[in-house]
Amino acid sequence: MTDVITAALMIVGAFFMVMAGLGVLRMPDLFLRMSASSKASTLGSGALLLAVAVHFGSVGVTTRAVATIVFLLLTTPIAAHMLGRAGYFVGVKLVETTVIDELAGQYDLRSHRLRSKQPATAPPESDQPQV
Amino acid sequence: MNTLLLNTLLALSWIALTGTFTPANLLFGFVLGYGLLAFTQRLLPPSRYFTMVPRVIAFVLLFLAELIQANLRVAFSVLSPRLDLRPAVVAIPLSVRSDPAITLLANLITLTPGTLYLDVSEDRQVMYVHTIHVHDLEQFRQGIKNGFERRVKELLE
Repeated sequence: MTDVITAALMIVGAFFMVMAGLGVLRMPDLFLRMSASSKASTLGSGALLLAVAVHFGSVGVTTRAVATIVFLLLTTPIAAHMLGRAGYFVGVKLVETTVIDELAGQYDLRSHRLRSKQPATAPPESDQPQV
Repeated sequence: MNTLLLNTLLALSWIALTGTFTPANLLFGFVLGYGLLAFTQRLLPPSRYFTMVPRVIAFVLLFLAELIQANLRVAFSVLSPRLDLRPAVVAIPLSVRSDPAITLLANLITLTPGTLYLDVSEDRQVMYVHTIHVHDLEQFRQGIKNGFERRVKELLE
């Protein structure tokens, strides 16, 4: 029984890993590639770690696997966030089919401050002094 | 939080009394302790613990369901021969304000496939999110605001 569960988890994990790889290969720009890789790989490695925990079935292995999954969930988004932000500053182009880029022009490229002018219900621009 | 401590102590005493230290038994001790505390709720100082625990569990389950469902959607779109993409960077007005809530929301947005959190403005009014596939901008904004953001707000603020 545990063999079946282990095998199923490993197949699911490997499947999502392949999806992440294919996504990186096929997506047209940096942000889309990161979109594909950062999540599918989290779910994929999560499933693989669970497979390890089920296979060994001991407390030590299980706690380590669970802790690793938790840290993956905590850190992967932060890495993706930093990469995306850095990519935006360096001026990586968005693919032409991009519908809208509401971030365009909101960054102050010198100070890296980010403004918040709202798109639809934009209040009149006020020049409040920065605190 | 005091009630959480009490619950942990009850679980540990269950472990001590039964003498088997396994994860399953610890979990059972927790459930037993929770039931006991819920039963004697009137005698304890008032606490949000009993509304928070079901909420946290519901939140985790919702997140897992969303994660798997959305991953399958991305797998499907990666596998389809013609990439059907309508990417966009969308500004989402925020109504959560505290650091932990914004961090949790940002992590959730990045972990659900199709969306990638980019940055929050200095004044915490707006969060910028990249998405793979958008039909209707307003609908997308409302989806995040009524889904994850409302839950995060219930949980942390």
